Amino acid sequence: MSNMPFSSMTKPELVCPAGTPAGLRTAVDAGADAVYCGFQGPTNARNFPGLNFTPRQMADAVIYARDRGAKVLAAINSFPTAGRTEIWKKATDDAVACGVDAVIVADIGMARYLMQTHPHQRVHLSVQAGASSAEAIRYWCEKFNIKRVVLPRILTVSEIKAVHDEIPCEIEAFVFGNIGMMAEGRCSLTNYVTGSSTNMDGVCSPAHHVHYDEDDDGTLTSRLGDTVIDQFACGETAGYPTICKGRYSTGPKDNFYAFEEPVSLNLTHLLPDLMKAGVTALKIEGRQRSRAYVRSVVSAFRDAVDGYARGDVPDVSHLLALTEGHRETQGAFRSKTWR
Amino acid sequence: MDLKDCTLTLGPVLFNWTAELWRDFYFEIADEAPVSTVYLGEAVCSKRAPLFDKVLTPVVERLEAAGKELVFSSLSEVTSTIDRKLIRRVAESDGLLIEANDISALSYLDGRPHHIGPFINCYNEDALHIFADGGATSICLPTEMPKSGLRVMAAEAATRGVSLELQIFGRVPLALSARCYHARAHNRTKDSCLFVCDEDPDGMVLKTLDDKPFLTINGIQTMSYTCLNMADSLTELAEMGIGRFRLSPHSAGTVDVAQTFRSLMDGALDADEAHVMLKASSLDVPFSNGFYHQRPGVEWQVPTPAST
Repeated sequence: MSNMPFSSMTKPELVCPAGTPAGLRTAVDAGADAVYCGFQGPTNARNFPGLNFTPRQMADAVIYARDRGAKVLAAINSFPTAGRTEIWKKATDDAVACGVDAVIVADIGMARYLMQTHPHQRVHLSVQAGASSAEAIRYWCEKFNIKRVVLPRILTVSEIKAVHDEIPCEIEAFVFGNIGMMAEGRCSLTNYVTGSSTNMDGVCSPAHHVHYDEDDDGTLTSRLGDTVIDQFACGETAGYPTICKGRYSTGPKDNFYAFEEPVSLNLTHLLPDLMKAGVTALKIEGRQRSRAYVRSVVSAFRDAVDGYARGDVPDVSHLLALTEGHRETQGAFRSKTWR
Repeated sequence: MDLKDCTLTLGPVLFNWTAELWRDFYFEIADEAPVSTVYLGEAVCSKRAPLFDKVLTPVVERLEAAGKELVFSSLSEVTSTIDRKLIRRVAESDGLLIEANDISALSYLDGRPHHIGPFINCYNEDALHIFADGGATSICLPTEMPKSGLRVMAAEAATRGVSLELQIFGRVPLALSARCYHARAHNRTKDSCLFVCDEDPDGMVLKTLDDKPFLTINGIQTMSYTCLNMADSLTELAEMGIGRFRLSPHSAGTVDVAQTFRSLMDGALDADEAHVMLKASSLDVPFSNGFYHQRPGVEWQVPTPAST
């Protein structure tokens, strides 16, 4: 199956993360067809200190990318709380003024704002909108003229194929990087523990609430706020305390990853299947990652996508070294048993 | 809005109860609980929906005979073929008032009267107008929304004649996933779960490695360990214009909780008396109300005279 050429279909667009202007240039130079980025502040779902763009930097980024044949997608994909929608509208106006190729939204109010205020702007539906069925996607397309949906990471490849056949817009699917366990846009766990909201403030396990403490026998405890998320024996690699990747105990089972192990999504081996399923764009997660990481992953995917498109079977084994804890999963994409 | 004119509602049972327990619970609600609206239906897992089909008709008849307004809650996460069929079946049923908990349901409900449930993201006034334009008559707002946002929403809803609802009691839904964590804890998968979530009528408690209760697992849903209690803030919510207060069912004490809240709303009890009675009749877990005060949701904020 993997030897089958893909001449009958368009080669998918490789959509890569850009946390900073330097990261954007790195991704473009490494072969990204498109990069996605956001503004500083709460308007996007990666509101981390030291990340994201000013409007001026975004405008420069669009010029840099366009000169090299790449697109820029602006993520304005958190949910404005009542009374402060103007911050999100201003961000949208800025992105449009920069000439971005698409704005990625999750909030229904922002989708309508774009359609009414910037009717010629191309709009994508963020994974944060959690549109996981053909019915939901069609609603967004018909009401708000959405041109592409970023699918939640909860569908199998065969389900993606079925969705593709029933919707009037393009599909973008995640293929590599960090994988959250909760349905995107529908998780208040961080807010429950820290008082900052993933949906409303764009933060997940914010760094200023993270603590590590080592006891006398070398056991390292990671906390978010006051809550213990995990403990690591001396010598064990300590992960970042994300609530859905911690170890907990329940009635039937003690000290286990109750939601998911700290693994990364790696769908390189499923790329031919995704391409055949009609996926228009392949998305790499990681706006918070280093430039070296972005360069390695984007280059490897550039080679892999080009290789598969030629009908080759490219060697993608080195991507494993870039996954979290060097452990990978195909997540929900391969089969329903993951659920 | 005067507190005594506000409406007490009962959200859908979110846990997997046996059909008999489910039926008896609603019979008791019909006979004894001073709630005006009852939400019925499976909002969490489509696999559970057929389990109580056989007792649905007597439950509906009993609740209607007791004068309760009935609303059918739709599924909150819609992915599989079974999920999609369930949504279609619920949404296309004649004469039923539906609470949409996922955008999927709106593709069927757009243009006719319906409710927007708490699992649909409605965080701002623009979203409120879009849902009102589509036929929403009542919107249950996200539980994590702070007071400042609720106040703006209430003012906006008044201009559209849309009612606003907020969960005020019970464990708080915090996250949804494609994976079933009940099944995972029992070394099963969602497809081979054997309905193991029925062992935990109020959810399965998850403890941190320092042995502190933290969260509650309910199949694909993750909930708070603590019990939301907004008794201190009902007057303030009513003054803002939020007039529908939702109780979330638990396996014991729900009728008592409803009676306590109704008495509080009618002025027969004050909040301190209500707290004592709620403590006695509900789960033996701490209360929380942090989201409302823009604090961590797990926290319990005691009102000060200055803040009320």
